[in-house]
Amino acid sequence: MDKIIEIRDCTAVYGKNKVLDQVSLTITKGEFIVIIGPSGCGKTTLLKMMNGLIVPIKGEVLVKGQRLAECNLVAMRRSIGYAVQGAKLFPHMTVEENICYVPCLEKKLPKEERRMLAKKMLEMVELPAELAVRFPGQLSGGQKQRVGIARAMASDPEILLMDEPFGAVDEITRRTLQDELLALQRRTGITVVFITHDIGEAFKLGSRILVMKEGGIWQEGTKEELTEHPKDRFVSQLIGR
Amino acid sequence: MQIIQILWDRREFFLTCLMEHIRISLTAVVCAGVLGILAGIFISRHRKLAGVVLGVINVIYTIPSISLLGFLIPFTGIGNKTAIIALTVYGLLPIVRNTYTGLTNVDPSILEVAEGLGADKRQLMFGVKFPLALPVIISGFRNMVVMIIAMSGIASFIGAGGLGSAIYRGITTYNMTLTAAGSLLIALLALFSDWALSKAEKAVNRRYGIG
Repeated sequence: MDKIIEIRDCTAVYGKNKVLDQVSLTITKGEFIVIIGPSGCGKTTLLKMMNGLIVPIKGEVLVKGQRLAECNLVAMRRSIGYAVQGAKLFPHMTVEENICYVPCLEKKLPKEERRMLAKKMLEMVELPAELAVRFPGQLSGGQKQRVGIARAMASDPEILLMDEPFGAVDEITRRTLQDELLALQRRTGITVVFITHDIGEAFKLGSRILVMKEGGIWQEGTKEELTEHPKDRFVSQLIGR
Repeated sequence: MQIIQILWDRREFFLTCLMEHIRISLTAVVCAGVLGILAGIFISRHRKLAGVVLGVINVIYTIPSISLLGFLIPFTGIGNKTAIIALTVYGLLPIVRNTYTGLTNVDPSILEVAEGLGADKRQLMFGVKFPLALPVIISGFRNMVVMIIAMSGIASFIGAGGLGSAIYRGITTYNMTLTAAGSLLIALLALFSDWALSKAEKAVNRRYGIG
């Protein structure tokens, strides 16, 4: 099995508070990891450690076999997709420019290539190609979110990090987005790390689910393992059994 | 009526003054713009210095313009050079402050996403931060341009050219019409520049989907 992300004994602090306490985690290529837990349990911190936005004070993070502390972080990030709640598109760029953002960081693509790439990515997230010329301010919440995913996927990354990407869209759109993401993941075999606070979403998407509490991984397993053998009341309450 | 009459009768004099006025103001605008934006970027990266730099610029701003011109004479003499230096110094405040405010108020979560996607420091500043701060910077620029054009009028008191010399000559020769004509042209120049820049501002805002 190919290890793609390894977190070894990592401790992270925010100010004086320990947000992660000696966490270890190994993610295999092609897994769909869902992280769930209450606010402040450290799930976003754990995710941001994987692309070096947060650096642990103890322990080390390896992505694709390279230590983040030693590798070229900028180049590494370009090979990791990143999508967050509310999409956070660049408001001064068109949809096309947003989608082509990462590939263009390396070297500016010619106009024709950008157009083709935007078209391909919009098709992938099932948006009409006409949206390419619009600005984020002219899109609906669900459309923004899809563009956010298209932007994260444009450089064909091996890893996709998603921090509550569907948190700000309505229920119906969310379900569609979940289905599309799942199909996409199966089609491309991309490794996904996905944060949510919705247990239904976690069960639907995750091939492995990490339940986090108080800066640590409390329990992990598949949907069946969690529902059949919850570790304690905290987990059983979380999954609503 | 008299004003229009005098503007027409002495049109060559006024035209020379107007061109000189534009030349002095434009030089000061370019100097203050470049220096101000660079200083604004600098203090947005070194926040600890921001208070000191803005404080010093604020204090300079409170010096009456006529006395600043006076202070500068021993060092740079009289004439256009001194005027341009004084105008540049005054122009700094709005542009430095707005550049700083604009850059520091960009939504940090957007910057974090850009960083997470793999933008390096330079790409972050010039590809995301600066463009997003641009509406605020432009509005500071607009303030600065209008202020410099208006203040250039005083520069003729230290021997610089421009429409101020028409005003000054009008005052010393009890020719109110001449003074009024000079003032009118300064006002029109300032209004026109403000209008032109407001168009630019609107174009930028439209591009960003605001307003």
